[in-house]
Amino acid sequence: MADIDIGKRYWLAKPAFQNLLDALRELGYQVVGPTIRDEAIIYGPIERVAELPIGWWDDQEGGRYRLRQAPTDAWFEFVVGPQSLKHYTFPPRQTVLEGNQQADGQWKLTAIKPESPPTAILGVRACDLAALVIQDRVFLGSQYRDESFAARRERLFLVAANCQRAAPTCFCKSMNCGPRVTQAFDMALTEGADGFVVEVGSAAGAAVAERLPLKLASQSQVTQVEQRLAALIEQMSQGSESQTSAEPDSAHHNGCRSQRQLDTAGLRDLLFGNLNHPHWDEVASRCLSCGNCTMVCPTCFCSTVEEVPLLDDSQVLRERVWASCFTSEHSYMASGVVRQTTRSRYRQWLTHKLAGWIDQFGVSGCVGCGRCITWCPVGIDITAEVAALRSPQEIDRSNGHE
Amino acid sequence: MSKSCAATRVSDHNAWLPTEFRIVARRNELADVFTLELAGPEPFRFAPGQFNMLYVPGFGEAAISISSDSDRPERFQHTIRVVGNVTRRLQKFSSGDRLFLRGPFGTGWPIDRCPSRDVVIACGGLGLAPLRPVIYYLLHRRSQFGAIHLLYGARTPRDLLYAEEFAVWQSQGIEVRVTIDRGDESWRGAIGVVTQLMKPLRWRPESTMVLTCGPEVMMRFVAQEALAQQVRPDHVFLSMERNMNCAVGWCGHCQLGPSFVCKDGPVYTYAQIEPFLYVEDL
Ligand SMILES: Cc1cc2nc3c(=O)[nH]c(=O)nc-3n(C[C@H](O)[C@H](O)[C@H](O)COP(=O)(O)OP(=O)(O)OC[C@H]3O[C@@H](n4cnc5c(N)ncnc54)[C@H](O)[C@@H]3O)c2cc1C
Ligand code: SF4
Ligand code: SF4
Repeated sequence: MADIDIGKRYWLAKPAFQNLLDALRELGYQVVGPTIRDEAIIYGPIERVAELPIGWWDDQEGGRYRLRQAPTDAWFEFVVGPQSLKHYTFPPRQTVLEGNQQADGQWKLTAIKPESPPTAILGVRACDLAALVIQDRVFLGSQYRDESFAARRERLFLVAANCQRAAPTCFCKSMNCGPRVTQAFDMALTEGADGFVVEVGSAAGAAVAERLPLKLASQSQVTQVEQRLAALIEQMSQGSESQTSAEPDSAHHNGCRSQRQLDTAGLRDLLFGNLNHPHWDEVASRCLSCGNCTMVCPTCFCSTVEEVPLLDDSQVLRERVWASCFTSEHSYMASGVVRQTTRSRYRQWLTHKLAGWIDQFGVSGCVGCGRCITWCPVGIDITAEVAALRSPQEIDRSNGHE
Repeated sequence: MSKSCAATRVSDHNAWLPTEFRIVARRNELADVFTLELAGPEPFRFAPGQFNMLYVPGFGEAAISISSDSDRPERFQHTIRVVGNVTRRLQKFSSGDRLFLRGPFGTGWPIDRCPSRDVVIACGGLGLAPLRPVIYYLLHRRSQFGAIHLLYGARTPRDLLYAEEFAVWQSQGIEVRVTIDRGDESWRGAIGVVTQLMKPLRWRPESTMVLTCGPEVMMRFVAQEALAQQVRPDHVFLSMERNMNCAVGWCGHCQLGPSFVCKDGPVYTYAQIEPFLYVEDL
């Protein structure tokens, strides 16, 4: 369809969805999207619509993730898997510098810029777009520019999908990061019964849209998807699972306990004012210090630079790898490890995420995706820990001078 | 590295790429401490209190303060203690070798806020290294300041860094007082902690700046003594240390409360850092 307008709503019928995959490939993108691997929905190469996990639901709870057949035939009713855009913008291992020793013994150093191909990612959720915008602040927002991040990010084409369903672990609404997609997309899809409402968010998005058999969406098509989204937003605001008005069918009941919420009011000062709260000890008694939460979190950005000698000692790579504040190396100094205890590490993680981030980048570091809850082997729940830290009977009186 | 402290503008230099310098002099300071003097094609401008990331290919990087005179940017120095992998390798470097580094990074000491005030520099061990640029700075402009005190503590008489300069500094208008933890037969000076040297000073608390660097416990005691003398919390400055991998606020290792030591520090006011200074394992 020619003359695509950013801001107008179009309609892509489900049988024409393959055209989107084809158009992206024809324009030179490698296309990745949600696929099922190792009993989870993760990003993988997608060529055909049939490779999408259509008809699957992910049941998520603290420490629990299970795929099961969906009771509906919707395409995007699963939520978020263990991976996020972080894998594409800030991969788990990347080379930042290469050193080569010359014949005269001197070293020649070269900064490495990534050569990732243009990549289209399909089915990105509002929380992950919010996380991307936070990463922009982390890696591009100071006087130093992370060229590797910038290069990878510039080559992404993001096809967002508005969520149809929330897992009980989801609390994007509390964090003001969802469920509606509002930012950072090239193209956004909202699923209806037999097609998608399509919004275009960038010139690159328009270039793809022009190649698709789109029609302007009709009022009833828009109303259909909007009602559903409005019901989801309502459900997430209520903090309990109300039935969606558009889908009274109990099949949409996700069968789990009520929606999580996180009360962010005054949270920064609450956390920094309660660094010796007894609840940190309570969490520490459960936490394994495994670092899973930091790996799955779409905004966690800590890294360590490793010195990797190659073959003989005349070539060396400096590789930046994901790091976790749950390890002792993280706070190692020759004089000793600063954070010796699980208590201090969990406290570092939570206070950084929900409080320190605000000082550092002007926003909370949590988008409410719920991954850290789902993928924590013991089901430690960021929303519950914050609620406990708020509890009046546990007010911290010991903070301050020894 | 030709650009100066890159204070606010976006750097066009790849943040990971070190620049090469020539070692023009090397000297042993103490048994396990040595100083490298470096020069590059252009003057290396820095603010007293800033640090560089020194890089040895095959070994890695280490954050090291700049210990020389910021008014002489043609040559600059790093004073290094051997503690591990990178610093042990750095010890083998000698005059004529090349050395890679990134920097300068971090906040400096508040020298621009010192004029007309008294300045108390209280430090311990290698903590004198990042403060030596301040001493040079003050001496070059001696008439602009009130009383200047250097209170320095070390473990033994043989651990006194830059000891041969003390007499020069004294003669140029700095009151130098030294104390050690453990004396030997020949030691005639004070024995004890640095804070004991603070008490007898004639304090003009409303117009005194206190600058401290050393082990964290020492800095806490120095700060408390300064406060006990009625010095304002935002006139007490500490230089903090944390594990550092990138020095540009990306690696996350150096966090201290809501701040990054590499960007928001290493020099903080006591007022800034106080809520986090006494929290165990932070
Ligand atoms: C702002 C700042 C200024 C410093 N100035 C000086 C100085 O002027 N002179 C000096 O001798 N030392 C200084 N240090 C300490 C110096 O950085 C460490 O001693 C050095 O990194 C140890 O490296 P290594 O490989 O020899 O030791 P290892 O024990 O092998 O260290 C392994 C890694 O741990 C980290 N690490 C270990 N100790 C420290 C530490 N104390 N601080 C930060 N990271 C650490 C580094 O990433 C290092 O590469 C400073 C540290 C900071 C943060
Ligand atoms: S802290 Fe947990 S819920 Fe928040 S963004 Fe990270 S993984 Fe998602
Ligand atoms: S909170 Fe859970 S996921 Fe995070 S380190 Fe502790 S046990 Fe691991």
